[in-house]
Amino acid sequence: MSQTNPQQIEYNLKVVRQFAVVTVIWGIIGMSLGVFIAAQLIWPELNFDTPWLTYSRLRPLHTNAVIFAFGTSALIGTSFYIVQKTCKTALFSNRLASFVFWSWQTVIVLAVITLPMGLSSTKEYAELEWPIDILITLSWVAYIIVFFGTLVKRNTSHIYVANWFYGGFIVTIAVLHIVNSMAIPVSFTKSYSLYAGAVDAMVQWWYGHNAVGFLLTAGFLGMMYYFVPKQAERPVYSYRLSVVHFWALISLYIWAGPHHLHYTALPDWAQSLGMVMSVILFVPSWGGMINGIMTLSGAWHKLKTDPILRFLIVSLSFYGMSTFEGPMMAIKSVNALSHYTDWTVGHVHSGALGWVAMITIGSLYYLIPRLWSQTQMHSIKWINTHFWLHTIGVVLYIVALWISGVMQGLMWRAVNATDGTLTYSFVESVVASYPFWFIRFVGGLFIVAGMILMAVNVYRTIRAGKPTVEYVDAPVEHSSPAPTATQSA
Amino acid sequence: MDYITWRSFYTVLVFVLFIGVVWWAFSKGSKKRFDEAANSIFDEDKKSNLNDSTKQESKNNE
Repeated sequence: MSQTNPQQIEYNLKVVRQFAVVTVIWGIIGMSLGVFIAAQLIWPELNFDTPWLTYSRLRPLHTNAVIFAFGTSALIGTSFYIVQKTCKTALFSNRLASFVFWSWQTVIVLAVITLPMGLSSTKEYAELEWPIDILITLSWVAYIIVFFGTLVKRNTSHIYVANWFYGGFIVTIAVLHIVNSMAIPVSFTKSYSLYAGAVDAMVQWWYGHNAVGFLLTAGFLGMMYYFVPKQAERPVYSYRLSVVHFWALISLYIWAGPHHLHYTALPDWAQSLGMVMSVILFVPSWGGMINGIMTLSGAWHKLKTDPILRFLIVSLSFYGMSTFEGPMMAIKSVNALSHYTDWTVGHVHSGALGWVAMITIGSLYYLIPRLWSQTQMHSIKWINTHFWLHTIGVVLYIVALWISGVMQGLMWRAVNATDGTLTYSFVESVVASYPFWFIRFVGGLFIVAGMILMAVNVYRTIRAGKPTVEYVDAPVEHSSPAPTATQSA
Repeated sequence: MDYITWRSFYTVLVFVLFIGVVWWAFSKGSKKRFDEAANSIFDEDKKSNLNDSTKQESKNNE
């Protein structure tokens, strides 16, 4: 009815809208690049004899585009939305939030320029050269100030669990990025790592696996803990489990990195430690997955009518699947078969396309109508079509690479009993992989088709609406002169 | 304290802290607080707001 308190604060939804839109655009670009390099594996002529289009340069561009452009834009955008909504206050600083957006997009544009030019520090998922690394640091520090500043000025006593996961993600990524990017520049475009030998490898995979653990997992779990209950219209299955989930996950993930370096120059004890910690990680991962899925307990019928919820819940199934597969692959004897094969690539994509992309897509379908004063997306039917395109694409992708991965592993280790020579040459395993690479390529086409359908749906929704202006009541005891907002009805 | 002693102590400390977190999370005392926290994200739907242009329809035909 009437407002009890005339003092209101306007949410900053502008920056959320900006991030939401670029997430869709970068998603299409990053995933199309993936399809293109998948095609290059089948038809190598597709590099057109151009250095800028070679697989070796486009592959890091693909990973950077999907992880840092698509995934991280989604994370920053949703975190800005959730932190405002759950803390019942506006962002700490609109100007800094805007800086986070524009600096982060600049980083991505610089990646799009420098990686095809062949400028790379060669560290996987940290290929960008030192001047860009510095810009990333500045952008991230601004992000830390905006996010935690908002938590500090919150109007609630409790900090909702989603913010804990986002907070863990933000702080850890800052530490990882700064430590792993330590380098000695020799020119404006070339630098060498500060670390040497096995230590460099260990620092790199401490970074690499925690990028998986904190960016691709903890951050998106923050998304899950807000959007799954909201879309299901019921509170999370067990809030207490979510508290234990958070502390268990962040204290365990940090140790898992050495499993990327099994049977290398890394000391054996470190490999074994990494293996054991990776296996233990199964427990908090599945605790979190069960917590998310069981939120629907007693309301499973909602899955029948609501394709957005289907995106969110199936993403959790893929999360459960890849967090079972991951610990298994971290066991040294399994890793001896799986490492360097397509199985690893399939595993990553079951996490990235199944978990990360699906939870993001579901969250965006929830968010976009709310950001543009609409009650729902332009077409619910299209969301359903997108769901099936995406699911079929992911299944084609991961099944094909499971088979080719295990096949490659078996072919590489096969020896002739008579003289101990290798049964197959490497190129024979490449030839045997072609059919599966084609299926993977087709799977990728399905996924990109779904993303394009999403973009059209988003465009139509935005065009039909206007930017949402939303206020939250400032608490009565809040004595600072918050500007009295006059509402336009 | 040498390095190994410190690491051993730290391992035990983290273990005890973790048990503490579990005990705290599942203690009777914090149940009400956590239930409130879990439901806090629905506060905005409950209060009738003048500015309700973005009020969402329930998606479940209920």
